[in-house]
This record gives sequence, C-alpha cells and structure tokens, in this order.
Amino acid sequence: MIRKVRNHLNPEEGLVFEISSPGKKAYQLPDLDVPAVDPAQALGPANVRREIEHFPEISEVETIRHFTRLSAQNYAIDFGCYPLGSCTMKYNPRVNELVARTEGLAWAHPYQPEALAQGCLEVIDVLERYLCEVTGMDAVSLQPAAGAHGEWTGIMLVRALHESRGNPRKKILVPDSAHGTNPATAAMCGYDVESIKSNDRGLIDLEAVARAANEDVAAMMITNPNTLGIFEENIDKAAAILHEKGAMVYMDGANMNALVGISRPGDFGVDVMHLNLHKTFSTPHGGGGPGAGPVAVRSHLEPFLPIPRVKRNGAALAFDYDRPQSIGKVRAFYGNFGVLVRALAYTLAHGGPGLRNATMDAILNANYVRTRLQDYYDMPYDSPSMHECVFSDDRQSAKGVKTGDIAKRLIDYGFHPYTVSFPLIVHGALMIEPTETEPKQELDLLADALIDIAREIDDDPNLVKTAPHGTRVSRVDEVTAARKPILRWRP
Amino acid sequence: MLDAIGVPNIESLFEHLPERVLLGRPLDIPPGKSEYDIVDYFRALGEKNATWPSFLGAGVYRHYRPVMCDVVVSRGEFLTSYTPYQAEMSQGTLTAIFEFQTMICQLTGMDVANASMYDGSTAVPEAALMAMRVTQRDSILISRAVHPEYREVLATSARSRDMKTGEFGYGTESGVSDLEDLASKISDQTAAVIIQTPNFFGCVENVKAAAEIAHRHGALLVVVFAEAVSLGLLEPPRDADIVCGELQSFAISPSFGGPFAGVLAAKEKYLRQMPGRLVGETKDSRGNRAFCLTLSTREQHIRREKATSNICTNQALIALMATVFMTVYGKEGLRELAGQNLAKAHYLGAALPRRFSSPYFNEVVVRNTDPAAANRALAGRKIIGGLELGRFYPELSDCLLLCATEMSKKADIDQVVEVLR
Amino acid sequence: MYPDNYRYTKDHEWVTVEGDTATAGITHHAQEQLGDIVFVDLPKVGDSCTQGKTMGSVESVKAVSDIYSPVSGEVIAVNDSLSSSPEVLNADPHGTGWLVKIRVSNAVELDGLMTAAAYQEYLGGSH
Repeated sequence: MIRKVRNHLNPEEGLVFEISSPGKKAYQLPDLDVPAVDPAQALGPANVRREIEHFPEISEVETIRHFTRLSAQNYAIDFGCYPLGSCTMKYNPRVNELVARTEGLAWAHPYQPEALAQGCLEVIDVLERYLCEVTGMDAVSLQPAAGAHGEWTGIMLVRALHESRGNPRKKILVPDSAHGTNPATAAMCGYDVESIKSNDRGLIDLEAVARAANEDVAAMMITNPNTLGIFEENIDKAAAILHEKGAMVYMDGANMNALVGISRPGDFGVDVMHLNLHKTFSTPHGGGGPGAGPVAVRSHLEPFLPIPRVKRNGAALAFDYDRPQSIGKVRAFYGNFGVLVRALAYTLAHGGPGLRNATMDAILNANYVRTRLQDYYDMPYDSPSMHECVFSDDRQSAKGVKTGDIAKRLIDYGFHPYTVSFPLIVHGALMIEPTETEPKQELDLLADALIDIAREIDDDPNLVKTAPHGTRVSRVDEVTAARKPILRWRP
Repeated sequence: MLDAIGVPNIESLFEHLPERVLLGRPLDIPPGKSEYDIVDYFRALGEKNATWPSFLGAGVYRHYRPVMCDVVVSRGEFLTSYTPYQAEMSQGTLTAIFEFQTMICQLTGMDVANASMYDGSTAVPEAALMAMRVTQRDSILISRAVHPEYREVLATSARSRDMKTGEFGYGTESGVSDLEDLASKISDQTAAVIIQTPNFFGCVENVKAAAEIAHRHGALLVVVFAEAVSLGLLEPPRDADIVCGELQSFAISPSFGGPFAGVLAAKEKYLRQMPGRLVGETKDSRGNRAFCLTLSTREQHIRREKATSNICTNQALIALMATVFMTVYGKEGLRELAGQNLAKAHYLGAALPRRFSSPYFNEVVVRNTDPAAANRALAGRKIIGGLELGRFYPELSDCLLLCATEMSKKADIDQVVEVLR
Repeated sequence: MYPDNYRYTKDHEWVTVEGDTATAGITHHAQEQLGDIVFVDLPKVGDSCTQGKTMGSVESVKAVSDIYSPVSGEVIAVNDSLSSSPEVLNADPHGTGWLVKIRVSNAVELDGLMTAAAYQEYLGGSH
C-alpha cells in the first residue's frame, strides 16, 4: 500500500519561450548616471547584433510562477529519502547556504589584493587542514571543481611524479567495480586502462593485483569502501604490492562518508585521493552541480599540486605561485570557493565527534535497510555493508521485472529510485544508500515500499513493468530522444 | 534498529575492519558549533575582506543579481535534487536545462549547447579536445589575448596528451589578436584556432576574419567568451564552429572565483563529439511532451575510457541561476544592461590614456607609470582598482586593466579617473 | 533466421561475399542484445579495414558496442540510410540493415568464420 504520497494538482507549464510575448519585462535597471553611448559608434556597426532572436519576454510574476511550477515537477531531498547509491544524498543544511552568501565572501573578487582577501584565504587554509586530518594525508588542494576533476588532477599528479623520475609509465589499473569516471580519467591522462577482476567476495583480488603490478603501472584507482559498499580490507596489502613496483595508489573518495572519523586513507597506504564535498560534506547537488573535488596527497606528491598554494606569510596568508614542479593550473582562480565555504560550515557544525557520529549513523541506516530487505531481494555479495548495500534483481527478473522497473515503481511510492544497474559487476543491481540523515520512519517507509513491490511482482508484474503510474509524466521515450535529438526549442 | 540488525551497538557494524586501518583516536577537529556561532564565524571572516567598490574584471564581473535568481535557486526542489537521470521525477530540472540550452544557442548563434561545464577555463580544453576529435588533428593555436588562466588550464591539459599547443600574438597597438601571426603559424595539423571576444583586454575581436583563416586550413574556430553580458549587444560569433565560455556574469557572485558555470555550444554537425550532458525533448508513453538526458553514450558512465570527457558533476544549479537571469532580463533587458556597461566603461576609458585602439566593451587597458602605486592610492580611498597587467604580460607592466559595469557609480569612476590621470 | 550463405564471427557480425565484394552487418542476436539501436557509426568509403579490428560502433540508449570487421579490405559502400533510420538495424539486421560493403583483399579469411549452423551452436553455448 502506498502510504507516503497522494495525488496533488500540478499545473501545466509551457516553455518560457511559449509564454513570452513582445514587450513584457521582469527587470528594472537604474537610471544611467553617465552619458549613453551609441553601440554602433563605440563597437563598429558590424559588431552590434540586431536582437537576440526569440529570447524570453515575460513579466516578473510569470517568471516566479514559471520556475516554481517547474520546481514542483522535481523530487528532492527536501521531500524525502533519496537513496541513490554512491551519490550520498544527505540533508543539505540551510545555514551553509546562508553563510556562502555572506557579503564579504560572496562578493570577493579572486584578483583583489591578498591583504584585502584574508577572510577567503582563511577559509581555504582552515578547510585544507581539516581535510588533511579527516583523510590522514599531508596536503590538500581545494581547486578541482568536481569529483571527476579531482580524479583527473590526482592522476596528473601521479603522472608528474613518475615523469620526474624519468618515466611516466603506461597504464592505470581499475577494478571492474569502479565508477565510469575512473577509466575515463585514466584515458584523459594518457594512460591505458587495465581492468582488474574482483574476487568472489566483491573485493580486490590480491593475486590479480600482484599479477598486474609491474613497472608499467602508474597507479591503481581504488574506491574504498568499494561500489558494493564493502570495505576493501586488504587495501593496505594491495598498496604494499603496488608500492613495491613503484606504482601509486589512488583512492576514489566518493564513499569517504563511510570512513570519516573511523579510518583514514593516509593510514592504509593511499598516496593520493579526492573527496566529493557535495557528497561527504553535504553541499547540495543542485540538480547536477556544482560540487567540489579536493585532492589530498601524501608528501611525495605535494610538490606537484596545482598552483597556487596558500601559505602563511608571517601573520598573513598569501598565495604561493613559485612552485616549479607544479602540474600548473587545473582551473582558473582557486576552485569552487562558495562550495568550500559550505563544506567548512558543515565541518564546524559537526566538529570531530559529530563527523564520526554521522559516519556511524550512515552505516547503521544502510545495515538496517539491508536487514529489512534481505529476505525479498538477492544479495550477490554478502560481505558486511558499510554505508550502502547492493542487491540484484535476479529473483524479480525471473518474472520479467528488471531493476529499472522496480526503480520506476518506487517513484509511485513517493521515493526517488536507488542507483540502477551499477556497479556493473552485479547483474541488475539495486544500489541503496540511505545516508545518516534519514529518520527510522522514512527508512521503514522505503523498506516497506520495496517489500510491497516485491510482492506486486509476484501478483501483477505488469503493474511494475509499466510504472510509474502516479507521475504527471509517464515512462519517457528515451529511444526517440536519442534517435531524433531535439536539443533546443525552435519557434 | 540495532535489534533488527542483530548487533549490540553501532561499533560492531565495522568490527570487521582490520585493527590496523582503524583511526583509534578522535579526529583533531573541535566539537560542533551552534548555528549562531557558525553564522558569526563567517560574518567575521567576511569582514576581513574588503567590500569596496571595485574596478576588477579580468574574467570575473560584478553585476547586479536580480532577487528572483536567488529565490529560484534556493528552492529545495532545485537545490536538493540530483542529476536528472530519473526523468519522471526530474522534469523541473530537465525543462530548465532545455531552456538553458536554447537560450545559450540564441545568445551565441550556435545550434546546440550542452548543460554546462565547470567554468570558462575548463571549457577551453574541452573545446580543444572536441576539435581534435572532429578534425583528427593534434595542434591547437590559441591567441595570447585569451584569458591567461584559461591558457594555463589548456597547457595543463596538454601535458598528458598528444596535444600540441602554440600561441599567436596580439597587435601591440590594436590590442586584438594578430591574425597575420596566426596565418604564419597555422598549418594543416591545426585542429583549432582559439580566440576570445571581448578578449582579455576588453577588445572586440574580428571573428569573421579569424574564421576565414582557420577554415582555409581545415581547422575549427573556437570562440571563447568570459563576459557573457557582452552578448546582449555584440554580434554573436556565428562564424565559429565551437563557442565556449563563462556565465559568471549572469547572476553569479564573484565568490572568490567560483562556483561559476561554463558552457560549450557548437554547430549541429559536431554534436556527437560534444562533451557533457545534454537534455532532449521527447514524449512519454501517454504522448505528453517530456524531457530527458540524451545521447549519453558519449559520456563516462557508459563509454568509460572511450568517453568524450570524464565530466560527471557539472554546474547545474549555477546554470539554472543563469537561466533565471536571462529570463528576468530577457530580450530587451540584456541589451539595455549591456548598453549600460558599455556606457560606464566608455565614460571611464574616455577620460584615461588608453593603451589599445580597438573597440572595447566594459573593460579597458590604460597606461599608468606605476600601476601598483595607483592601486594603493585607490585603496586609500576605499576603492579596489584594476588588474596590474604586468602579472600576466611583462610587456604591459605599465598598464592596468579596468572594468566598469552597471554597478559602477559615476562618483567612484570619477575618483578612479582623478587618481589615475 | 541465420542465412546459410552468410558467415559469422564470434563478435556477432555476419558477412556474405559475391565476387570480390563482401557485404557485412551485425547479427540478429547482436541487435537483440543491444535493444533499440539509436545510432550507427560507420567507416568512410575508401577506409581500409582489417579482420577482427574495430571499424565502427552501434549504440543503444545506454550501451555502445564496437563493430569488428569480419574481413580485411577496402570499404566501397556504407549504408547511409542507417544514419536517419537506425531502427532498420533492429527490424532487418541481415537484409536492409547491412552496414558496409568491402572489397575483399584476402578471401581466405572467410574460411576462419563460422557457418550459420556453427554460429547458432555458438550462441547456444554462450547464451
């Protein structure tokens, strides 16, 4: 029985171009206090455009209604549990949004003199130190804009280190359970990718690592806990094998929220890693970004970090560009500073003990959901779960219902689906990450929904295969979208 | 919950972790603070920064943010949702991105635009790589009048790949790209020619002429923009093959350099080689119009090591903010806004010794015998002056790059003129 | 289902030869595994191809599959209709959904490919 949601009127809304009419406006500019300039004269007639064809023309009230009506067509953490595995959809504290808008921080220009930007430099300095403590690493660069950008930066550091030793090496080892960004990153950094098969417990196979490790290997990219939500208990041994051959260990920190305060990558052999501040440190996902992907390194990789670094210059903080071994700039300025402010606010609000509690609650919630569901869904790897658990649709697909169908039916129950069909090593995966911020009532509703769906599959599989039924938009035709792409509105 | 799981306490849930990997002590981070403490802490940090009138531009611009922009992006439905992979419960985000893609096309004169890149600087190597895929060539020529930090990011990208980058100069009098220098350096191995307009000096480039040179050699022309407001008035770079740039000017506060939003747009025929997410229009099973992410096979989660880019998380919320900004200003407003910028900058530029002769939008390079001293003098009047260009261009160490926007008050401009003249 | 006069590869391509011209495509089994095909990336006329090496790819909404050339030679024609109607590949993979025509440079290569019966047996074993 669907208990979390009921139907609700939801207005139709056209595209902004369709509701436009000439002459409407939603802006007011102040009176110009200097003489007006004739654009054709100032810029040359050929450089001036006639008009922006078909650009919006709507009023202020139409603007707020348009975007509010669109917003009503979204699901969000603010509505309820968003159990996307690997994505860490935890509550986004609103105080973080407020402090990121502090005038002195939000309106600071990246080129204003350092003496006039000490507040910003302090945010960077303090957050770097906290992230070093959390990861057990020696230095952090906050510049990468997202997780994949952090990966790219991290592997570029590895490359720079090997180059400084005379040989950039040829390949990166990636477990078959890895996120798609890992092999894509390795390729972007000019490396070949060698996939390493997981063992029958879903873990790194030490023998396979030993076979693959040689002087051609630049690094191995390891996610820990891995994408099955399982702690790689032999990670330090794998690291030793790789280090023996001069290869580095890169840790994809997408799942660091399962380790904060409990275990530190710097203590189990990791040389370089990234963090996703929009996962572990609660900055909002915003429908796909912005995030931040700081990269943390042990001291042997520190000289290669992107410029600039923040350093203390007497009582003041300053930027240091004089770093001859640096890989250079990975993006303009100093990273997604506004996201860093939010992550620092989160860290301060929790403090050391609170961060550890968050980790423990995340593990508790995932194990609770696992316990509630394990009689109804198959679990191909039954090693202990950390912050997420992965089931397969084996039992359900025997009745013709796939993980993607179960996900769509979960929408009818008022939840965003879990992560579908990932990791790839689980056939028909259901990857569930509740996060620490879900109350037990919400977890029970989620578990009850998935149990009900399992029963529906026994009684009426077609109900599930044609879901969702309760949404304003039914199942979307992605095939036509890809065959005949319409990527913009035209009159 | 512990009873249901069948364990005595939470610690037993990670008992299976080997002792040797456990931290075994509390994190050395002070205990949690209250909401008030946190607000107060950041207020104090903010006060350590100057919030004076500023004439800095150079890729980051101070434009007024209409209230509506913040109102919309603060809605939890947008703020706290994920990438819209589940189309049936993400139509709000998907529709807004579709509108964003459309507006970027309208603004730039391109056929297709993606759902955003990290920022303007990282969009440049993405455009370069795209041009390399299209042309199957490996050399990139970039103008020295492109933002120096964008060029540095391109150089970092080139380190690990078979990408050769070269630069061509700018006219020492004109302040725009030296197309003769370009013509002498371009070859049949050139995948892309990259220029920026308005360029780093605020000057408007001749896109058509650059395109002719590039196309004559079978290379693509990539046009970069850093000041999006200029597109309210300037003829869009229709002769480009790829347009990429920075949308910070559209309601995004300077925020010490980020988060901003980059964008990449192109001619239709290059669609399959574009990086990043795309939203497309389709129908649902009942025949209603619907939107979904599409052409995903270009992306990392499917094509893995053969993907067009590794980008995953992008800048969706910032792109939404820019969409609201473009909607609020609209067809007339963006033009009027650009006109005000032009007027303010020209009021400033007309009163000072300009270094370059080419038409400029809202930034101007002025001569000054001691730019550092001039900035100090302005700081004495609680004004943040311009960028000392010697930092990036040793040959321009006697120059300041100044920016004026609709937020620059005449009284402050007059003070700048008084100090610099 | 699988024409007797075609030869088949383990990567699920088919090929049939008339004179020195081979016509090649992907098998019914391959299109079925991929599901709704949305895009086909083919080599250009004049490109040379090598048996067992990638010559293009087919895409469904959520998967990409490389196409391996079943024989070596020079591409002399490609099925342009697939760019506007990739669904033909699902409807008629062994006929109007052909991909390329190749001027065969080494006819002996065909001997290493499977017959229809052998291919069906292979399918039975692998799936």
